[in-house]
Amino acid sequence: MTLGLINANPVVHAKKERIARTEDPHCDDAVDPLDIYDFVRDIRDPEHPYSLEQLSVLSEESITVDEKLGRILITFTPTIQHCSMATVIGLCLRVKLKECFPPYFKVDIKVAPGSHANEESVNKQLNDKERVAAALENPNLRQLVDECLYSSEL
Amino acid sequence: MADPSHWIKHIESFVNSSSSQAQQGASLDAIATLLKNDMLTIEALVREMEMYLTTTDSVIRARGILLLAELLNCLASKPIDDATICSLIGFFTERLADWKALRGALVGCLALMRRKSIVGMVTGNEARAVAQSCLQNLQVQSLGQLDRKLCFELLECLLDHYPDALVALGDNIVYGICEAIDGEKDPQCLRLTFHIVELLARFFPDPLGPLASFAGDLFEILGCYFPIHFTHAKGEVDGLKRDELSRALMLAFASTPLFEPFAIPLLLEKLSSSLPSAKVDSLKYLSYCTVKYGADRMAKHAEALWSSLKDAIYTSSHPILSLKSEPPYDMGFQENEIATEALILLREVILQNDGLFLSLIVGDEDLNTTISSITSFKNFEDISAQNKQKLHAVGQILSVSAKTSMASCNKMFENFFPPLMDALGLSVENSSGLSHPVEDYSLSDQLHFGALYLCFELLAACRYLVVGSGEVTSITVSVHETWCCMLQSFCGSLSKAFSSTLVTSADENTQKAYIHFGVKGLQILATFPGSFFPVPKSIFENILMNLISVITLDFSKTLLWKSSLKALVEIGSFIDKCDEYEKAQSFEGIVVERIVSLMSPDDFTMPLTLKLEVLFDIGTTGQNFMLRIVKGLEKAIFANLLEVYVHGNLKSAESTIQLLECYSNKVLPSFHKIGGLADVPFQFAVNVWEQIENSMAYSFRFPEKELLGAIMAAMKFAVGSCSEESQSILIQKAFSVLSSSTSVLKESMSDTTGIEAEGLQVNHNLDRFSCRDEWIISLFASVIIALRPQTQIPNLKVILHVFMTTLLRGHVPAAQALGSIINKLPLKINAMEVSNNSSLEEAMDIIFNSSLWSSHDNGPLWRCCGMGDGSEAGLNSLRISNVNSMLLQIPAIVGLAWMGKGLLMRGHEKVKDITMTFLSCLLSDGDAQTLPLKQGSLIDSSKQDVLPLMKSAADAFHVLMSDSEACLNRKFHAIIRPLYKQRYFSTVIPILVSSVVKSNSSITRFMLYQAFAHVISDTPLSAILSEAKKLIPIILDCLSMLSEDILNKDIIYNVLLVLSGILMDRNGQEAVAENAHIIISCLIGLISYPYMMIVRETAIQCLLAMSQLPHARIYPLRTQVLRAVSKALDDPRRAVRQEAVRCRQAWASIASRSLNF
Repeated sequence: MTLGLINANPVVHAKKERIARTEDPHCDDAVDPLDIYDFVRDIRDPEHPYSLEQLSVLSEESITVDEKLGRILITFTPTIQHCSMATVIGLCLRVKLKECFPPYFKVDIKVAPGSHANEESVNKQLNDKERVAAALENPNLRQLVDECLYSSEL
Repeated sequence: MADPSHWIKHIESFVNSSSSQAQQGASLDAIATLLKNDMLTIEALVREMEMYLTTTDSVIRARGILLLAELLNCLASKPIDDATICSLIGFFTERLADWKALRGALVGCLALMRRKSIVGMVTGNEARAVAQSCLQNLQVQSLGQLDRKLCFELLECLLDHYPDALVALGDNIVYGICEAIDGEKDPQCLRLTFHIVELLARFFPDPLGPLASFAGDLFEILGCYFPIHFTHAKGEVDGLKRDELSRALMLAFASTPLFEPFAIPLLLEKLSSSLPSAKVDSLKYLSYCTVKYGADRMAKHAEALWSSLKDAIYTSSHPILSLKSEPPYDMGFQENEIATEALILLREVILQNDGLFLSLIVGDEDLNTTISSITSFKNFEDISAQNKQKLHAVGQILSVSAKTSMASCNKMFENFFPPLMDALGLSVENSSGLSHPVEDYSLSDQLHFGALYLCFELLAACRYLVVGSGEVTSITVSVHETWCCMLQSFCGSLSKAFSSTLVTSADENTQKAYIHFGVKGLQILATFPGSFFPVPKSIFENILMNLISVITLDFSKTLLWKSSLKALVEIGSFIDKCDEYEKAQSFEGIVVERIVSLMSPDDFTMPLTLKLEVLFDIGTTGQNFMLRIVKGLEKAIFANLLEVYVHGNLKSAESTIQLLECYSNKVLPSFHKIGGLADVPFQFAVNVWEQIENSMAYSFRFPEKELLGAIMAAMKFAVGSCSEESQSILIQKAFSVLSSSTSVLKESMSDTTGIEAEGLQVNHNLDRFSCRDEWIISLFASVIIALRPQTQIPNLKVILHVFMTTLLRGHVPAAQALGSIINKLPLKINAMEVSNNSSLEEAMDIIFNSSLWSSHDNGPLWRCCGMGDGSEAGLNSLRISNVNSMLLQIPAIVGLAWMGKGLLMRGHEKVKDITMTFLSCLLSDGDAQTLPLKQGSLIDSSKQDVLPLMKSAADAFHVLMSDSEACLNRKFHAIIRPLYKQRYFSTVIPILVSSVVKSNSSITRFMLYQAFAHVISDTPLSAILSEAKKLIPIILDCLSMLSEDILNKDIIYNVLLVLSGILMDRNGQEAVAENAHIIISCLIGLISYPYMMIVRETAIQCLLAMSQLPHARIYPLRTQVLRAVSKALDDPRRAVRQEAVRCRQAWASIASRSLNF
């Protein structure tokens, strides 16, 4: 086990103001990046009592959706290069999106290019069905993920 | 006397440290009760306890002393003789030295000290002894938190109750207290220490006394707590708020002027700190201390104070980041708390020592530089943010200084007004105010914004000074005050300068700030109370002209237009408040008349909606203006109506609708607020009738439904707000018009048998119903609908006939009028009264025995006549023998529904008969199938024909139960019996339910469910909850039955809301839990309801609520729900998807392996 925190002193950003969507009955209600962002912005960081939004791990711009093809691509930026929590964050994102979207959406989760030392292996791990399923079988990991998703500590 | 053995065991139990806290408390209570009831004397108790009080075992001794002390606490209101008190306090005083058993001694001293004189209290000498013992024996800071708190409470109590005894101790006590409080950290204790210092300072006010020599030390102890800062985020520790503590410290700071040499430098130093809360606190403390310390002591700090204050004001006005926030066209600065506090302090110091501070302000270099370089702030857009901030700060300083007093206002004007005027390019005009040297002041060179702004601030401040905040005060202000004279001499040119901002041609956005201050400036000039600063009439009128011309011409410039209107409204209400005859005249002449003239139908300069907005806003400023404006509005309405009547001009129909809506929705309700204008609506109604009477020739063919609706609404509101007498006159007027000019009346006045003979021809008359007749009858119905119950209706019989004939032609207002009549007629008539009046019984006889109903022989309505009374014959009569009569039966049902509503609301039992009629209509399909028909071959066709009848019978329940805007409500004086809906619900639901069960035709069931849905969706939830268990299965059936048809989507939604009401309510949960299985499967069906998004959303919300039910009930349904909800994740509407995510998570977590947070 690692001793102490991996990133002991992260930079915390202000939360962005939530803009209530206008109640227009005729507007196009297709899935857009903001939808997805609203679901994932409050996921807690595995290490700190801050949300991914506050740590600037995610932003609305880093999410792209293609509703026709049913594809979602999320690119996140770990706070530091050697963050071993990157995979946990990715796992959280995957679990959360699985809960919030119908199963036909194909979700790709990647770390932002150049933001992680083991970029390739992390990406590979996060998008490998078998490995994700195996990770979620692990009770310790599962608990960590659930804590991040449902914690009200923020 | 109680048996000693009895209470000694209580003592033992209390002293025994191994007994539980509850036991100890119980023993304490038991002994206290004995003492209170005189079953035991204190003397006897003490004697018995001797061993516990004196033993060398310190644990037992401590418990023993504590017991005695706690008992004294319980006896606070029981008289105790002096000798006992004397010996007790002596004992406790001595025990203060016993540090091992200190708690008891402290509690005991405190209990005795707090006693009131009537129950025997400690003498001064004894108190001094306690104080001395405290000072000698207690090392407060070495004790625990609770003991420290007790010590401080003891000291506080001593200071509070025995100040004289303590003052005699002199230096000692001050020193002792200093020592005790030094280094305290607990907030609770701190609050006590702050209060102790405050009290101490109060008792040693002498500048040469003992406190004086310790003031420095004492303040050193206190000063380090400033500013109070809690590290906890919530700002609260043990129920103690930061603000409370901070206030206590402030009181301590300000307790004596002796602290002044130490406090002021400290506060000034902290003012320059970077912590905002420290700044705010410093400013608050300074404001408070300034008053307490007095002008003499503060004078020497004046300069330092001014420079820090100036810094605070200059740096604390932060520019607003976005222009969107309100007010959008202000200077763009938001005052934060620091600035607010700083300005309060500024006001405080000027009030205290105006000469000194004003000279500081006037002589201030920064301020003067800004003023002298004011010309550089020319264009608002070009001023840098930093300079804007500076300008704003200067404006604030000028404003606050001028607001403070007359003298300060004079000084400000003397020093700063002339340079500002110079910068604006204005110069003194001669006293007559007629010839302006700057007559041709033009905006060719734009106004200097900086000067404009500062000028506005000064004007606003001096108006505030005379008028106060909002109310006109009777301050007698000499007209010869310097600033008055100066202002007067510049008045004309100032108004010109302000006005020039109104005629900007450039892009409105860049001019926002100019417009804002220009309009506001004009408003201020126009609203100076004339008694002390008479703005010349010509200037006042000029201002009004300028503003009104903006209103009439520049309506495309939203901001300018809006703010001008606001200014005019302000001016109007100011004039209305303070009686200024001359100004009121000008205002009426220029503004009101102009606006009224706008209303003439051939004026097309402005859009009508804007006209109406102006009209109404100006009208609200005063009663007189309102009257004038209402007249104008009425004139416009009648002129327009004439256009419609005579020329059939459809275009003016549209504007008439707008005018009428404004009249009934805005103007009439505002009369209620103003009051005293009851005549106006009456006149309006009379005029409408007269106009109709006079314009016999109608040329418009197509009745404008909307226009008719608008004029009916206006008529209803007008009549509704009339008194009884006026209503009587009105109804007579209306009836005379009706009887003289409609053919309908003649028709029904003629022998009724004639109609009977005509029989089915009545419905052919539908086409002959002329437009004018419909108009008149609708208006007549509106009058009837809005009558008060006390108003008598003449010729009731004829009127009833008229309405019944028109009703059968499908005229709904006639039905509503009948309902209103029935609702309001008196039950019994006094024999003394005129025979012309009818009672309810008579009217019902007329209505239900009328040949009109029965002329269509076997119609179902026959039952109401009281002849059918539910017998077999009645049922047989339900058969529809004539297809043609169907056309009449539907309007008849509608009519019955409204009449039934009238009866239902007053609680009349006849409504039951009417309900049974509807029911028999609903069941008529079943009859058609079961009973052999005369024309057997027509089964299918008759079935088709019955459907609309059934549908209208089902809808009749909606009419019965729902609240109507059009009639039978409080506004139109309906008689409403309390809880009538609940009553009806409980009678009709069992019948409907049993009919549903009995019926075997799906169509009948479908219709019955519709009726059921109407009834439950308008019943108050509380009534439904009591029946929830029985109702839930039926509601679910109803939902599944109705959800097939798109036409029923609103009904579905209403029923679903009832269901969700049951789900959310605590009382309904039991019933829900029993039926969880079927409810959930029904809700799952509705998740995919295709016709209405909100139904899907509500169904998912209901499912979410279901997840709170007992685990065992819902667990088996979990997978089913999850499967259904995950389909909803793909819903086309976002709101549904989001609810689905929430619901899914709730259901997933009831059994997930993971922890639920």
